[in-house]
Amino acid sequence: MDVIATWFKELYETTGLNFTVFYDPYDWNRYIHGVRMTVLLTVSTIMASLLIGVVGALLQSAPSRIVRGAVNGFVVLFRNTPPLVQIFFFYFGIGAILPAGQDQFGLRQPFIDNVEWAIIALSLFAGAFNVEIFRSGVEAVPKTTVEAAEALGYTRLKAYIYVILPLALRVCLPALNNNLVNLLKTTTLAYAIAVPETLYAVKQIWSESQNVFEMMLVLFVTYGLLVGILVWIMHRWEKSLRIPGYGR
Amino acid sequence: MAVATEPRPWTPDQPIIQLIDVHKSFGALEVLKGVSFSVKKGEVVCIIGPSGSGKSTLIRCINALVPVTSGTILVENIEVADPKLDKLALRRKVGMVFQQYNLFPHKTALQNVMMAPMHVLHQDRGEVEERARALMKKVRLTGKEHTYPGELSGGQQQRVAIARSLAMRPDVMLFDEVTAALDPETVKEVLFTIRELAEEGMTCMLVTHEMNFARDIADHVYFTDRGVIVEHGPPDTIFSAPRDPRTQEFLSQVL
Ligand SMILES: Nc1ncnc2c1ncn2[C@@H]1O[C@H](COP(=O)(O)OP(=O)(O)O)[C@@H](O)[C@H]1O
Ligand SMILES: [Mg+2]
Repeated sequence: MDVIATWFKELYETTGLNFTVFYDPYDWNRYIHGVRMTVLLTVSTIMASLLIGVVGALLQSAPSRIVRGAVNGFVVLFRNTPPLVQIFFFYFGIGAILPAGQDQFGLRQPFIDNVEWAIIALSLFAGAFNVEIFRSGVEAVPKTTVEAAEALGYTRLKAYIYVILPLALRVCLPALNNNLVNLLKTTTLAYAIAVPETLYAVKQIWSESQNVFEMMLVLFVTYGLLVGILVWIMHRWEKSLRIPGYGR
Repeated sequence: MAVATEPRPWTPDQPIIQLIDVHKSFGALEVLKGVSFSVKKGEVVCIIGPSGSGKSTLIRCINALVPVTSGTILVENIEVADPKLDKLALRRKVGMVFQQYNLFPHKTALQNVMMAPMHVLHQDRGEVEERARALMKKVRLTGKEHTYPGELSGGQQQRVAIARSLAMRPDVMLFDEVTAALDPETVKEVLFTIRELAEEGMTCMLVTHEMNFARDIADHVYFTDRGVIVEHGPPDTIFSAPRDPRTQEFLSQVL
């Protein structure tokens, strides 16, 4: 660590390029906390949005017209509106009218904080897309395969869990991949409600140290790496799901 | 509380399948126009007839994959057309094999055979696996347990599909043109398996275009055309001395 810090300090003194994060422990700390927050936002919204997608795609073929209508309404609403507006809507709109507690100084202490609202809003946003993605996968599963499950006594739910979903997932993985990468990048919008994620932390650093260009570079590299890791994980997943003798 | 629709207990001397005046329409198209017949336990019944005559629809009505428009279907006294039908109870009794095999492509052959007893009947995995291996042996696919459907030939896949159905220990097996999609060489191996089953006393209902096989294996043959049973009887009568001109014409084309 010391070698790196010394090197970046020297770089600053010789060239004027000021990467404070790599030699100033305070900035480093802020940056790392930001990255951790981005990872937390990403992992939790991926999980929640996948769950929304899986359940939503199942409910889209529910016998009840009301249920189907509700799912479609949800999809249209969250797909057709900007994610930043959704975040504001939850944090300022819903958050303000929900009952809140008080902290030790008697200040308003909401039960759902900005991080949680960001996770909720982003999960619903990405979840709406996931519903559509899973639906396209479900539609690609041959009716005859589902019929075979039915003839063996599978209920609709069991057929979905054991036959339809595993096959649908394989079809829609590329589209899912895209949406989850987008989701990772969209977590930067949480900046707008002061969630201390990477963009927020880096912005704080550059406004104090006046090193916008250097921190911009750090930002690009950070997100490039995070997306790279996500893509690698998705690729591994895709490979592990490959079936001998099936499909392409 | 006594339930009016509770089926009479079924005894093996009663028909295992009974159809009474079954009608089925898809929209304006009437596909079954009043079909009645019954199948006794242990009987092998073949349904023959030109394509489009409603054979698949008929066989699919029996395990409730297709709802009938009117009429009665009883399977061991379970009323299939009952809106409150316990589908699982029916499907435990009736196994079905399709023309296109319809195996679950993401599972190995052995897993395909094991899935339904585990997922649907919640039977013990060890017990199910033992039975599944025995069934794989029965359909002469020992050694292919861990092969995926996509790596098997059509005939092999179809035999896995038969084993998969048998794993649910059905009382009746329905076969819908199960050799129609196969190469001539592999047809034999599938027919061999079906014959073995029939000889063991399994009640079988087959829709088939294999006339020689039908003649050989069937206890009773039904000739259907445009949604009605035109003629039926023991295979020797139907194939050697058909009375109805439609049967005669059909047989002259396929034999
Ligand atoms: N789900 C369906 N919807 C509409 N028409 C159908 C459907 N299934 C079958 N049919 C029609 O019913 C008729 C009988 O079909 P089918 O039972 O498959 O005959 P077969 O098996 O004897 O060839 C055909 O005209 C077919 O087009
Ligand atoms: Mg047919």
